[in-house]
Amino acid sequence: MKEMLFGKTLSGLREITGAAGWPAYTARQIADWLYAKGAGSFGEMTNLSLKVREALAEKYVLGIFPPAKVQTSADGTRKYLFGTASGKFIETAMIPEGDRITVCVSSQVGCKMGCLFCMTGKQGFQGQLTAGEIVNQIRSIEEAGRVSNIVYMGMGEPFDNLEEVLTSLEILTAPWGYAMSPRRITVSTIGIIPAMKTFLEKSEAHLAVSLHTPYDEERRQLMPVQVAYPIAQVVDEIRKWDFSHQRRVSFEYIMFRDFNDTPRHVRELTRLLNGLSCRINLIRFHPIPGTPLLGSHEETITSFRESLNNKGILTTVRASRGQDIYAACGLLSTRELLKKE
Amino acid sequence: MASGKMEEAVMRPVTLIRNEEISPRVHLISWRREDDFLPGQVVKLALGEGETPRIYSLCSGNREEEMAVLFNVREEGSLTPRMAALRPGDRLYVSAPYGTFLGDEAPAWWIASGTGIAPFYSMFRSGLGSHHLLVHGVRYLNQFYFGEELQREMGSRYVRCCSREGDGEVFQGRLTAWLQQQASFPSGTRYYLCGNPLMVVEARDILIAGGVPWGDIVAEIYF
Repeated sequence: MKEMLFGKTLSGLREITGAAGWPAYTARQIADWLYAKGAGSFGEMTNLSLKVREALAEKYVLGIFPPAKVQTSADGTRKYLFGTASGKFIETAMIPEGDRITVCVSSQVGCKMGCLFCMTGKQGFQGQLTAGEIVNQIRSIEEAGRVSNIVYMGMGEPFDNLEEVLTSLEILTAPWGYAMSPRRITVSTIGIIPAMKTFLEKSEAHLAVSLHTPYDEERRQLMPVQVAYPIAQVVDEIRKWDFSHQRRVSFEYIMFRDFNDTPRHVRELTRLLNGLSCRINLIRFHPIPGTPLLGSHEETITSFRESLNNKGILTTVRASRGQDIYAACGLLSTRELLKKE
Repeated sequence: MASGKMEEAVMRPVTLIRNEEISPRVHLISWRREDDFLPGQVVKLALGEGETPRIYSLCSGNREEEMAVLFNVREEGSLTPRMAALRPGDRLYVSAPYGTFLGDEAPAWWIASGTGIAPFYSMFRSGLGSHHLLVHGVRYLNQFYFGEELQREMGSRYVRCCSREGDGEVFQGRLTAWLQQQASFPSGTRYYLCGNPLMVVEARDILIAGGVPWGDIVAEIYF
């Protein structure tokens, strides 16, 4: 099977061109075609010699895949379904809002984390995505070239696939790649501390952490990862980093009725995040099949937000988008997987 | 006394005492116990100073002289093939035990797949098990680690499920199939799940569909 070229960094391309004995500038030219110019074939790379193009085509495939399926919501949100080489499916969501186009990308096929509220976890873990497969979710959608923001909040836990995620971030932000500002990219984690530290060292993208309850016992019930990486320890690590300037840290908080939406939780959240420059995003829960959890009432969400804002923690409620097309991650690909089985 | 809170991960050198392949490509390694711990807790483990550690459940009793962990050798892994090659006298680095996946005397079902049996074996070796049902799911019969001892000591409270082989004595099928065949799940019981993520998710769904309050389910995943 031929190796994919899309997803290689400039240094990776230099290794290829160096080994082939091609001029040093060839790597930069290839990167330019792959990323900035968005070439769809080796034939389009016209400033490379024919010999180089033929040699590339002999050893590599470009590694660009169109989506297998697209659904559009009444609110303009799009859900793209991409097939993987192993016959699985990953999901990508495109969320338009005014001038902004945000793309929510997947980092794994399925997920290992087993969170109680998550549909992706019900597929189990089926594989890692390569950096190319991650970036392809931005490159191969209809809105390619107009994407203003990227969030790693689709299927999978990005920090369980750290190397490929960091490579994808390099391609998205490097001058030889897509040259996006890292301030327009957010990577979301459930809090795998060693990988989070590496990410904070090596990338300048924003960080989002799935919090969902400040209490240890409750978080263990929702998220098995709490056993290995308690949220208090995650927050302690975050305190070591500077989020007071351009880089942001936010905490995701899905609102579950009569579970994590009480004044007691406001008080404990305030205590946990005291003095940290951060924001909280409250998320409405849209029940998945078989879940014992219910979403909080709208008035509870509003009052929870106001209470946190009054305590000095900037808190917003995330708009629900694309509900008519299963935009919540995992629903669409699980349906495709079941259909296939 | 060991705490449930994870302390700053100070990695200490320890000397390996034992490295036993207890089943094909599954090793139990141990070193001298220097910490108190609570059965069910984990340690971080690395082979070199400054290496990113991995987390392993302790797989020994909390009054035993040695601390042990159980692991599968993953050929593509960066750590386990090297761990499997360790010899007595070699050095490794471990953190103090921590974690909140803790067992106690209260009635519970311990549900494990593969090497996910480690924390439950630690609980068993720490004197728990009289009010507990241990359900262990594996692919092959030789993967019932500590099977003879558990069979002898726990008797009918030790349920073995084997998905790819049978011997007339074990349940032939997946652990989740055994759970689905249960007429009911006792109330006032905690359900502990440990093992591969898909088993944890599927077993949890079965328990919840069977009427177990989700607050009574506590899970640990291996990733």
